[in-house]
Amino acid sequence: MKEISLWALYFTFFKIGGLTFGGGYAMLPLLQEEVVNRRQWASEEELLDMYAIGQVTPGIIAVNTATMVGYRKRGILGGVIATLGEISPSIIIITTLATILLRYKDAPYLQQAFSGIRIAVCATVTMSIIRLMKKSLVDLPTILLYLLVVASTVLFSLSPVIVVLVAILFGIVVQNIKHRKEGI
Amino acid sequence: MIYLALFYEFFKVGLFSIGGGLATLPFLYKLAERRPDWLTVQTIADMIAISESTPGPIGINMATYAGYQVAGVFGGIIATLGEVAPSIIIIVIIAKFLAEFDKNPLVKHAFYGLRAAVAGLITFALLKLLSATLLAGGSINYLNTGLYLVFVALVLVFKKAHPLVWILLGAAIGLILRLPS
Repeated sequence: MKEISLWALYFTFFKIGGLTFGGGYAMLPLLQEEVVNRRQWASEEELLDMYAIGQVTPGIIAVNTATMVGYRKRGILGGVIATLGEISPSIIIITTLATILLRYKDAPYLQQAFSGIRIAVCATVTMSIIRLMKKSLVDLPTILLYLLVVASTVLFSLSPVIVVLVAILFGIVVQNIKHRKEGI
Repeated sequence: MIYLALFYEFFKVGLFSIGGGLATLPFLYKLAERRPDWLTVQTIADMIAISESTPGPIGINMATYAGYQVAGVFGGIIATLGEVAPSIIIIVIIAKFLAEFDKNPLVKHAFYGLRAAVAGLITFALLKLLSATLLAGGSINYLNTGLYLVFVALVLVFKKAHPLVWILLGAAIGLILRLPS
């Protein structure tokens, strides 16, 4: 098999990063087009597997998937290069925008616009949470865990790191109890 | 040294946030509590707006923006690299040793709990965001609260619309009503 150049890896993921609006979930169709159809670096099934692993590992889903495709093709260096490609457009675009915005941050029209934008952001985040709750609160234990997390972070400002670790343990324990009950 | 501190803080964000860009938010709010000189509740709201309306993964955009605010162009790069470093390490290990990682029952069970907790953590972040936007010095800002409810209704009705639409609409309303900052 012909070896894939690191440049091709960088460029392909640069394109994917630069054209994805809205993060991990919006990126799948682009990944399919570039990685499966155009470059034929992976089959449809392989890509979906890599994407699934990207969702269940820590970190940004898009970066996890990029690292995995790069690693499969060119080892550790390939993983690093694909990831650098994926994040390069963000760094360029955000740095440019931030430079402009911070220069004019005292302009009244910009402040007014951002006051409105902040309200819109509250609404889009609310929508994301509703979507997430529909998917994740599937029974009584998960609803209780959700309420417990909200209460403990708001009232006692519990660290999210501890929440994540406890939730992993909670999931394993509750599922084991469920399976044992079903087994009897 | 500031760059080392940035790298370390965002390494932690990348290591513990599981399940998409917004999952990094609770960690950023925690960071704002510990380092108010780096981030404030208000700059986080602006950061979400910019990250949602520009290309690229939201989590990466937010890291770049936060890092840039703390220490300029190089700060943005360092924060972003810090956030992706755990991914690279973990993915390489998984790809090498655990081919069927996502199908492992233990991982599935962990995610049963993790998903609910992540929804809770992002709710915590939303409450922070709401209190910064809708409360002014302890009392409710009725205009902002009313606008928020209208926006939520719109977002629920037009589910397919891109977040950029809402952000542009928010900017227009802010300008028309001359909303104070």
